[in-house]
Amino acid sequence: MPEARVIPLRSDGGRPRPRPRPAPRRASRPGVGSLQERTEAARGMEPADAVDAAPTVGEVAALPTPEGPSDLEARVAEVGEFLQRRLTGRYSVDDFGFDRDLTEHVVMPLLRPLYEHWFRVETIGTENVPLSGGALLVANHSGTLPLDALMTTVAAHDDLPVPRHLRMLAADLVFGLPGVGAAARKAGHTLACNADAEALLSSGELVGVWPEGFKGIGKDFADRYKLQRFGRGGFVSAALRCGVPIIPCSIVGAEEIYPKIGDLGPLARLLGVPYFPITPTWPLLGPLGLVPLPSKWYIEFGEPIPTDTYEPGAADDPMLVFNLTDQVRENIQQTLYRLLAGRRNAFLG
Amino acid sequence: MSEAPSVVLVTGVSRFLGGHLAARLAADPSIERVLGVDTTPPSREMRRRMGRAEFVRVDIRNPLIGKVISTAKVDTVVHASLSGNPAQSGGRSMMMEMNVIGTMQLLAACQRSDTVRRLVVKSTSAVYGASRRDPATFTETTEPKAIPPGGYAKDAVEIEGYVRSFSRRRPDIPVTTLRFVNLIGPRIDTSFVRYFSLPVVPVVMGYDARVQLLHEEDAVAVLERAAAEDLPGVFNVGAAGVLMLSQAIRRAGRISLPVPQPAVPLIGRFTRRARLVDFSPEQLRLLNFGRVVDTTKLQDEFGFTPRWTTVQAFDDFVAGRNLRPVIDPATFGRAQNAALAVARALPTGS
Repeated sequence: MPEARVIPLRSDGGRPRPRPRPAPRRASRPGVGSLQERTEAARGMEPADAVDAAPTVGEVAALPTPEGPSDLEARVAEVGEFLQRRLTGRYSVDDFGFDRDLTEHVVMPLLRPLYEHWFRVETIGTENVPLSGGALLVANHSGTLPLDALMTTVAAHDDLPVPRHLRMLAADLVFGLPGVGAAARKAGHTLACNADAEALLSSGELVGVWPEGFKGIGKDFADRYKLQRFGRGGFVSAALRCGVPIIPCSIVGAEEIYPKIGDLGPLARLLGVPYFPITPTWPLLGPLGLVPLPSKWYIEFGEPIPTDTYEPGAADDPMLVFNLTDQVRENIQQTLYRLLAGRRNAFLG
Repeated sequence: MSEAPSVVLVTGVSRFLGGHLAARLAADPSIERVLGVDTTPPSREMRRRMGRAEFVRVDIRNPLIGKVISTAKVDTVVHASLSGNPAQSGGRSMMMEMNVIGTMQLLAACQRSDTVRRLVVKSTSAVYGASRRDPATFTETTEPKAIPPGGYAKDAVEIEGYVRSFSRRRPDIPVTTLRFVNLIGPRIDTSFVRYFSLPVVPVVMGYDARVQLLHEEDAVAVLERAAAEDLPGVFNVGAAGVLMLSQAIRRAGRISLPVPQPAVPLIGRFTRRARLVDFSPEQLRLLNFGRVVDTTKLQDEFGFTPRWTTVQAFDDFVAGRNLRPVIDPATFGRAQNAALAVARALPTGS
């Protein structure tokens, strides 16, 4: 058993280092932004976008406009092509229902403003996520609604050196909800069960899991940043079976978006949901209460914990699985404390 | 090496799968005799296709089937008559009778026979059910989370139970159980085919199922292979790849009509009354959650890889049925050009 490690608080001078601001997404428009910004944006462009944009640019470049294609034209052409693909069904989904085209062109652009401007997410330790191959990202869960999970998918797509699609494992409740379930499948997420986790990991996907589940996301505001029980260690045995690294991921900021100060149990049972939260603004202010508070977020990817060093039968050794689960949990808890100690204000960072 | 069949009995020859299988087997000169049984005679076109295969009009629910097997010295039985399409089987209760009681009688006859040495049963992936708690793909050993409440899927579960007890009693007879996903193609007639042929396709609001299909020709080829060799076991049979229900409807050029969940049974009753589609409750659940099966075992152990992927099979169906898009794609192209022209005319701002 690995001994409990003492992780020093304030390891990097107290405050988490702010990452360099991401280059504005639409800075490729000529005449807007500095040269440096523009080149940065061009470098940060994901390959899929580049491929999609290539024919459009070529087509529009043939027009007799002296200064090349205008931004608006390129965008109209791109949107047109996207709509045509969607209306004729000329796109592909994988066995899990993951629709890459839709995720990159609709889901990500919808989440991005929230990520960049509302929560001002800073990512730390992006070099700890492997550029390719299977890996299991394990994170703390909080915030009443799973916005932390959604923001982590944006982080994995936008802030990693190579964009990756985080395939999350979600509760069965998600897949029973009309609209939500279908959207979750299309964004690449699937049911939290060992069969699906192992299928995704062994096909080289980056899989995200929130082992605290409803206990973590639905805990009271008073219990913020206190990790709950980490499930039954199913995620560890899945990682062991596939021999993929476990990446502890600590999210700070999500606890403050909907401070849950009460719970209407009977109403929750009536609606068939695990809890019915009361926050300072919900249900008092009606739909306005659904607006999350603009807390400042940090997402830290910790050092990968390798699992391929164990013997083949390790996944069937419950003691080993429990120990490894505790190690991951402890790692995340300590990182949370360190990030919190470096944070002066929940909203300003 | 398993012995090649010499006298084959195929059930359900008046329908696509049984009829085409009988025709394929009849075209194989190494097979001595092919007997096709059904309660209704096959169509003229099908009988011409079946060539030298003999048609015996017998109800498999009748003990007479035992006589047929013993007098003809049948050595291979292919039970392909399991049907999920009430429209073809004379109503729902009749379909259940034919499926369950027919299988029981057929198995009883096979158990008594000392000539039968191979049994192939067509089953369905509906035995896995469809619920929100199911994993993304089903392997042959996945336990269903929600036992299908009734109808075709429950019949199939029961039939598989009878088949299992049959193989316990006659361990000398290798039994192949094939769990087919929904079949599609230009010629086959199933509830699914009828569903996609509606000009306006009702779907469950807020849900989008993953659909896995199998081309009709692949289905016949799988049965043919199972009849020719000893390949005991349970196998999922489906094509590679997945289509979303909404995507399939768009590919077929249909228009989808989202129906709120509580109104779905009502729409189901309407389409049945109007003799458009008869969708059983578990097929409606399929429209909610979809179902995808893992076909690794089919490829590795059974040794069969479907020629068509799900998307190719569906496109072949669309092309073969001559489905015309309800909205002309050219209209869309014109709209896109107009939008581009507007974008060009606007000041660029740079």
